Amino acid sequence: MTAHVPAATLTAYASGDLGADDAMAWPVEAHLENCPRCQDRLAELVTGPVQEILAVARTAVLAESRSGPRPARRRRLRRLSYRWLSPSVIPWALVTLIAVAAAFLLDEAFSARSSVVLLLAPVAPLSGLAVAWSRRWDPAWETVSGTARAGLDLLLRRTVVILLTVLPLLAVVGWRVGANPALWLLPCLTFTAAALLLGGLIGVSRAAALIGAAWMLAVALPALVMVRLPVLVQPESLRGWAVAAVALAGLVVLRAGDHRQHAGRN
Amino acid sequence: MVRAVRADELAPSTGAWQVEATGLRVKAGSRLAVDGLDLTLGPGVHGLLGPNGAGKTTLMRALGTVIRPKGGRLHLLGRDVTDRRSLRAVRARLGYLPQMFGFYPKFTVRDYVEYMAWLREMPAAAVPAAAQRAVDRVGLTDRADSRLKSLSGGMVRRVGIAQAIVNEPDLLLLDEPTVGLDPEQRVEFRELLRDLGDTSCVLVSTHLVEDVVAACGDVLLVDQGRLVFRGVPADLARLGAHDGAGDSAAERGYSVLLRDHRSAA
Repeated sequence: MTAHVPAATLTAYASGDLGADDAMAWPVEAHLENCPRCQDRLAELVTGPVQEILAVARTAVLAESRSGPRPARRRRLRRLSYRWLSPSVIPWALVTLIAVAAAFLLDEAFSARSSVVLLLAPVAPLSGLAVAWSRRWDPAWETVSGTARAGLDLLLRRTVVILLTVLPLLAVVGWRVGANPALWLLPCLTFTAAALLLGGLIGVSRAAALIGAAWMLAVALPALVMVRLPVLVQPESLRGWAVAAVALAGLVVLRAGDHRQHAGRN
Repeated sequence: MVRAVRADELAPSTGAWQVEATGLRVKAGSRLAVDGLDLTLGPGVHGLLGPNGAGKTTLMRALGTVIRPKGGRLHLLGRDVTDRRSLRAVRARLGYLPQMFGFYPKFTVRDYVEYMAWLREMPAAAVPAAAQRAVDRVGLTDRADSRLKSLSGGMVRRVGIAQAIVNEPDLLLLDEPTVGLDPEQRVEFRELLRDLGDTSCVLVSTHLVEDVVAACGDVLLVDQGRLVFRGVPADLARLGAHDGAGDSAAERGYSVLLRDHRSAA
């Protein structure tokens, strides 16, 4: 709008001298509808009765807006938690916490024996992965699994949360028993990647259970019985762990699509 | 200057049918519950009838992309869903109410419906309004902030319907949606179904013949994993006018159809 309403015309309009049938009235109104500046000028010009009507209308509008339903409260924390956590996260977190604490106490009590913390580190995230995307542990699995974010998106978010819980825990315990950080970090990441990779083929729960059991039976149990730290958790094998972690992580990214639909029998 | 138009620019972006299955085979456990089913569905409300164990739920799960078909061709919303890469796009436009509707007891109705909207990748700004609308449409407005564990069975079922329609899906799959609803709610639900069928393809699996007659535009009958009959609800009433077992003409028609099919097989 370039031309505003001239002052004289606006005064005439405000006082009612410019009647509804006057040809001048409609261009004035058409302009006023879209021009805040002229609206302000008009508001200063209107007389008593019109101002009263406006005041009544304003009160009524405000009362109406207050008596409607209250807007629902936004609960950001809740929303964040259900987007990132698996529904059965609390039992899992407790189990992991107790296992790591027990391993730490064993190491403290019998420092001559092989380090239980290092033997436990690779399988620490697996119990979390087992419940992260599982039909049995998620009551709404059937409903959720047919949605766009099902599988891949949810699984990766939950894996991130699991690692963010497990790694600091292991860091504290590892530091207290004086272990080389790479010795628990690399196996931990390798096993997570392996469970995700195998999980794309047979289901993450099954994969986590299988890998965890294999490690426990083949490595951890013999080590505890023979009271000797196996070569797998000695600094010599760090190079091997690093290669495995990188290779498996790469394969996980390549095979990410496997998680879109639940694998195995349903 | 005139630009050359490539053939793929003129190709339709969606198929003519929301559901297109040819020779579909789906396993339930080790059993082939859906065995060589051919089906095309367009917009409207379709009622899926069949005896227990006919493969209705397995078919619904395959259409809901929960399980992968073992064989045959399945196109949903114009895309091949046996190809995992197209799943995400199809699922965002899909609504699915499973027969066993599991839920998180501590969630409120609003939480749950909003969560499902988020899972279906609705734009974040549209989620609260869409959830409110879905909750209103199933008549749970005054319970929107109650926890799910405090609701009755029929109300939970309605929450299930609300989560399925929250993203205004192009393909809506409802498996036994009227279980636990009282007669008044069932009448309201049929109204909602007709409303939804105007714009999208709705497949309702049920064993209540009266629901199909009242709300569906056409009837599909499956038995032993195959589609054995397709027609309009009036066909059921016509078939059952003088023959068959049941309390209403449509129920008798259903039993006649099933009997004829079995004696022919």
